Amino acid sequence: MSDHVKTEFWQGFRHGLPVAVTALPFAVLFGTLAVENGLSVGEAVLMSAVVFAGASQMVGIELFGQHIAPWMIVFSIFAVNFRHVLYSAAVGRHTRHWTLWQKAVGFFFLVDPQYAETERKAASGARVGFVWYLGVAIPLYILWVACGWLGAEFGRLIPDTYALGLDYLLPIYFLGMVLDFRKRPLWTPVVLTSGVASSIAYAYVGSPWHVSIGAAAGILLAAMLAPAGAKPAAAREEA
Amino acid sequence: MNETVLIILAGAVLTYLTRIGGDIVLSRFDNIHPRVEAGLNAVPAAVLTTLVAPAIMNGGVPELAAMFVAGLVSLRAGLMTMFSAGAAVLIALRYLLG
Repeated sequence: MSDHVKTEFWQGFRHGLPVAVTALPFAVLFGTLAVENGLSVGEAVLMSAVVFAGASQMVGIELFGQHIAPWMIVFSIFAVNFRHVLYSAAVGRHTRHWTLWQKAVGFFFLVDPQYAETERKAASGARVGFVWYLGVAIPLYILWVACGWLGAEFGRLIPDTYALGLDYLLPIYFLGMVLDFRKRPLWTPVVLTSGVASSIAYAYVGSPWHVSIGAAAGILLAAMLAPAGAKPAAAREEA
Repeated sequence: MNETVLIILAGAVLTYLTRIGGDIVLSRFDNIHPRVEAGLNAVPAAVLTTLVAPAIMNGGVPELAAMFVAGLVSLRAGLMTMFSAGAAVLIALRYLLG
């Protein structure tokens, strides 16, 4: 590896590591809950390694515990992760210079924080390099899988997960990410619309549909409110 | 292979398709329509909001207080600080009220 490549990797690594550390409680929590819901330690680790998507893994193991039809579990994982189609389309604008193989590998790692870091990098005017991208992804991936395993293996030793607030850390983290995007155009109407629509869907349609329905409402609103003539080039400004 | 492993692998394949699919489909278009672009820019806030809304609906006093404090802190500080502040409020109030 040339020095330049190493530098780029470590620059990405420095962005990825703090985010990965933030995700650690959730990785441990996933492993703990997976085993409590009847998965073996190996199955829990496999799920973290191949699905690699926190919220959908949580939804998946919740359904495993309820003897629901297999296709429904698969479909629920798909529904929660459907937002990645939109991440992929958005990030694809910045990765035109990647080779096919780089895309095939890189997009596997396109989780929420990876998406946020990539958009932030592109918004700063810098080129989104594949090596930098992997620098962000690798600490996220390794710590996610390793801490999922730790949670599965040792989670039963946690005396009282409720007292530690483990069940509610994820929503707090998601709230932080929502607020992080507040400088984007149309942020307030989008958040209000998605919030109301997902609440109604949660109450009357049920989980996990509130994710797709609520998100679609906010995205449609943004598309309708956008000026059709001018290209919103400034729209990529990050918080 | 048992059923659980098959479900996990099927979920993984579909998840990978969502991650590669957006780029494969949208890279076929030279110009992205402004409305599509505005929609794409709204994606993260829209999706993440839907993950917060049910938690607020179902939250009790400790949960809502934690959300409120975390929200306030995030206006001035970074993600990890706001996250720690929210968790601290949550643990403290669950201990005091629980």
